[in-house]
Amino acid sequence: MEFNATLIGEMISFAILIWFCVHFVWPHLTKAIEERQLKIAEGLNAAERAHAELREADNKAAAEVKQARQQATEIIDRAQQQANQILDKARTDAVAEINRLKAAAQDDIASMAQRAREDLRERVGALAVQGASKIVQREIDAAAHKALLDQLATEI
Amino acid sequence: MASEPQGGLTEYIQHHLTHLNFQVGPNGFWSFHLHLDSVSVSLGLGVIFCLWFWLQARKATAGVPGKGQAFLEIVLEFVDGQVKDVFHGDRRFLGPLALTVFVWVFLMNAMDLLPVDLLPWVTEKLHVAHFRAVPTADVNMTFAMSVTVLLLVIFYSFKAKGFGGYMHELFTAPFGKWFAPFNFALNLVELVAKPVSLAMRLFGNMYAGELVFMLIAGLFSAGSWLLFGMGVIGYAVWGIFHILIISIQAFIFMVLTIVYISMAHDHH
Repeated sequence: MEFNATLIGEMISFAILIWFCVHFVWPHLTKAIEERQLKIAEGLNAAERAHAELREADNKAAAEVKQARQQATEIIDRAQQQANQILDKARTDAVAEINRLKAAAQDDIASMAQRAREDLRERVGALAVQGASKIVQREIDAAAHKALLDQLATEI
Repeated sequence: MASEPQGGLTEYIQHHLTHLNFQVGPNGFWSFHLHLDSVSVSLGLGVIFCLWFWLQARKATAGVPGKGQAFLEIVLEFVDGQVKDVFHGDRRFLGPLALTVFVWVFLMNAMDLLPVDLLPWVTEKLHVAHFRAVPTADVNMTFAMSVTVLLLVIFYSFKAKGFGGYMHELFTAPFGKWFAPFNFALNLVELVAKPVSLAMRLFGNMYAGELVFMLIAGLFSAGSWLLFGMGVIGYAVWGIFHILIISIQAFIFMVLTIVYISMAHDHH
């Protein structure tokens, strides 16, 4: 068989076939391939992202727990301080009240003693006058000797 | 453009339908022939298939695949999906078998898309007169594959049901033990029909496709520019249509292989 137009015709047709494949078959293939690549890349990215997010959430949770613990200790400290303050204030208040009550009681005692003393003085004065009148055996003019008697009462 | 008599086309087609025959052994009863063209092309394509997939598999990554790996993954997933649909067992053998059948048959069918005179023209320069490029248009090739499938069917029947179980099924299904010879004959026909239909379908499609290419190619040397142009267009259109046929035939061969072997696992 010699080389003739048959092979040329077939080669032209083959070129058309290749052109067809390049324009109508190949794009579908590459599209499918690229879609698959994209899907896998997205999947891997999503997994990576989820992993990172999980790690971040873990870190955040740990930090929050730590912070909460710190806050709790702070609150406890402050509460203790406050309790101590309240206790101190109550103590000082109580001491002041005691002192105040004591002073008032002392005042009362002092004034009562004073009154008792004055009462006693008056009665002693009266008794002295009675006794003196008995001794003199006559009526003393009370009005005339009142100044004298008052002086006597103050001296007692 | 050499104008040839009508006998030219017949001669042309006959020439193209002659295999590269290689006689092994002395003349006479004990000699047999090898179609060296079918053997060499199919082996070559098999080697290309193995190297291609092996090299890609070696550098496969679990990350974002390259374009080559993504393509193979798509093919692999498609074949595995087909196997999964039909066969509900251990796919470690049937999966690779289906993949091999599909890709190999597809590649061999794809040789049909090459210009029908291209490889013969090349081999003629090497002083080889006859060369048929499409191994699947050789009935020996298709029967070689389908008989292998038949042997696998028989092997898996024994493996899945045991010797006794398979014999029992051969002789008692579908009409019960009183029709044992009839059942056996029926099952034998069914068994033989599988490889015959498998091989003849593929062979017939590819042979007919090749023949149509040759008939259209006859227009190229018919002697007028009009016929030459019609030939170019017809050859291209048939080639485009043939892309569909070679894919479908490879797919059918693969699916039927899976179906036959998974049927061997089923108990009646």
